[in-house]
Amino acid sequence: MKALTTIQSRFVPVNIENIDTDQIIPARFLKATTREGFGENLFRDWRYYNDDESKTRADFPLNMSQFDGEILVAGKNFGCGSSREHAAWAILDYGFRVVVSSFFADIFRNNALNNGVLPVQVSDEFLQRIFLQDNNTELTVDLEQQTIRINSTGEQEHFDINSYKKTCLLNGYDDIDFLLSNKADIETFEKQRV
Amino acid sequence: MAKSLFEKIWEKHVVKTIDDGPSVLYIDKHFIHEVTSPQAFTGLNKRGIRVFRPQQVVATADHNVPTLNQHLPIKEELSRLQVEALIKNCAEHGIELYGLGHPFQGIVHVIGPELGITQPGMTIVCGDSHTSTHGAFGSIAFGIGTSEVEMVFASQCLLQSKPKLMRINVEGVLNKGVVSKDIVLYILSKISASGATGYAVEFAGSAIRSLSMEARMTICNMSIEMGARCGMIAPDETTFAYIKGRKFAPQGAEWDKKVAEWKQLFSDADAPFDQEVFINAAAIEPMITYGTNPGMGIGVSETIPTTETINDTDRSGLAKSLAYMGLEQGAAIKGQKIDYVFIGSCTNSRIEDLRMVASFVKGKKKADGVEVWIVPGSKQVEAQAIQEGIDKIFEEAGFQLRQPGCSACLGMNEDKIPAGKYCISTSNRNFEGRQGAGARTLLASPLTAAAAAVTGVITDVRELLN
Repeated sequence: MKALTTIQSRFVPVNIENIDTDQIIPARFLKATTREGFGENLFRDWRYYNDDESKTRADFPLNMSQFDGEILVAGKNFGCGSSREHAAWAILDYGFRVVVSSFFADIFRNNALNNGVLPVQVSDEFLQRIFLQDNNTELTVDLEQQTIRINSTGEQEHFDINSYKKTCLLNGYDDIDFLLSNKADIETFEKQRV
Repeated sequence: MAKSLFEKIWEKHVVKTIDDGPSVLYIDKHFIHEVTSPQAFTGLNKRGIRVFRPQQVVATADHNVPTLNQHLPIKEELSRLQVEALIKNCAEHGIELYGLGHPFQGIVHVIGPELGITQPGMTIVCGDSHTSTHGAFGSIAFGIGTSEVEMVFASQCLLQSKPKLMRINVEGVLNKGVVSKDIVLYILSKISASGATGYAVEFAGSAIRSLSMEARMTICNMSIEMGARCGMIAPDETTFAYIKGRKFAPQGAEWDKKVAEWKQLFSDADAPFDQEVFINAAAIEPMITYGTNPGMGIGVSETIPTTETINDTDRSGLAKSLAYMGLEQGAAIKGQKIDYVFIGSCTNSRIEDLRMVASFVKGKKKADGVEVWIVPGSKQVEAQAIQEGIDKIFEEAGFQLRQPGCSACLGMNEDKIPAGKYCISTSNRNFEGRQGAGARTLLASPLTAAAAAVTGVITDVRELLN
C-alpha cells in the first residue's frame, strides 16, 4: 500500500448524496481478476450516455476539463451499498488519493483505507463551503495533523481517523502484515476456546 | 452487567484489542464467491502464504452464473474466467466448493443457512454486503471487501472496531398481505438508507418473533440497506427447529450442548443500546419503492412524495431519482405499468418465497406483455419447488422458472433488464443501473410482485386476496 502524508491539490466536486458503489463502478465491470484498470470505468454510467464512450455527458464533473486533482469531493453517505472493493480500486486507479464527504458508508471506508485512499469526513457546513469554491481552489489534507484546509480562504476543519489506521496509512503498512505478526496469539485463542 | 446479544457474541471472538484501535476479531465461517475472491488469492500467492484455516471457508459460484442452460459452458468469457479461477483457487487451497453443477450450488446467503453451516453465536463474513442475512440466526455476520477477504484467508481474523448498537422493535400483528419484506422496506422508509450506518442492529419485538427463519433472513439481509454493519435476531425455538437435521448441523449429544449454549444468546433485560426504534406492525401496508435508494419507499396506496413532503435525507436527490425512474412527484404508484417481474435474489428466493408466490398465482395467468422470471436461490430450493409441483403452477401462469444464481439482482450476468423498462423486483437494491444500465427497479415483496405479474401494473395485493 502506498503511504499518504499530505495531499495538496485541486478537487473534483460530485455534489450528489447517497452515491452507491454501483454508480462508482457498475457490476458489469467487476469481472477482472486483478486490482488494476478499474479507473477507466469509474462512474461509468454518469460519464457516458447509453454506455457509449463517444457520447460523454458534458454536465458530469469528471468530464469537465476545468476540474482536476487528487481529491474527490462528494455528497453525504458516500459509498453505500455493495461491498465491492473495486469501487476503492477504481477511485485510486483514476488518480484520487482522498475522498471528502460529510458521511461515509462503513464498508467503503474500510476498503478505501485498505488501499491507501483516505476518506475525510467533514461537517455538512464545511462540505458546502468546499462546493462553493471555484475550480482553481486547492485543498490541503494533512493526515498527521488530521486537518483539511481550503487554501484560498484558510478555513480549516479537523477530521477523525483511528490511530491504528492513521499509522498504517502514514507508513504504507497493511492489516495483513499486522495480523500475520499475531499468528501465535490467534492459535492460542483457537486452542483455548475448544 | 447486562449485555446485548451483539456484545455476548463479540466478546467471545476478540483475540486481542489494540490500544486506541480496533480488535482482532476471530471469524468462525468465511463464505466466498467468484467475484470478490480472485484478487485475495492473488495477494496470498504474492506473499507466498496459504489459506490458514481452509476448513472454515465455503465457496460457491453465484454472481456471474447464467440461469438458463447451466450444463453448458458459460458463454461470456470474463464470467467464465472468474468461475474457472474460483475452481482453481479452491482446489489449490483445499477449500470446499459448491460450484455449478453441484447439488448444493446457489446464492451464498441461501446455501449457508440451508446447509446448516450458519449457526447462532458465530462470526460470519463474506465478500458481499448481504452477508448480514446470516444474522437472522443470532450471529454477527457482515460483508467485507477483498483486502479483508485476504486478511481472513491469511489469519482467520479481521481488525474491527466495535460498532454502536441499535435495537429496532417491531411490535404487534401484521395486516393481511403484509410480509417480512414490507417490514424492512417500511423501516427503511422511516430511518433512511443511511439511518443505521455505524450500528449493529438487533431486530426484536413480537412481530419479529412470529416470523419464520426465511422471513427473518429477508429482514436481516436488508439491514445493510440502512447502512448497518450487521443485522441480527436472537435465536429461539424457530431457529433451532430450522437448523435441526440439516447437513452440517450438530448431531446427537453435540446438538443438545449447542442448543443449551444458543439459548443464552439474547439481549439481557437492561442491556444498553445507543439507539432504539419502535415500529407498529399494524401500521405497515404492502410497500413499494419509487426512487433510487431502498429508503425511498411508500405504502402501495400512497402517492410519491413531493419536495415538500419528503424527509430531509432524500429531498436533495428526489428530482434526480424521479427523472431516472420516469415518475412524477405526488403521483399514485398504484397503476404504474411494469414490464418485468423478478422474483429471486438473496433477499427473497427461498422455498417459502416461491410457495408464497405459487399459492397466490395458482389458477391465474401473467398479464400480456409482462416477462416474469422466478430464480430460485439454490439447487436445493429448485429441487424442492419441483418436488412440490410449484414449477407446474408457474408454467401454467406463464412464469419462467430459471436456474439458481444472483440473476437480475445486479446486472452482472446475462440476466439484465433493458434500459427504460420497469421491473418490480424482490431484490434489495433499486440503485440507478442496478439491474442493467438504464433499468428502472421497484422493490417489493414476493406477494406484491406476483400481484403485479398478474395485472401488469403496480397493484395493492390486498384487493386480490380472499
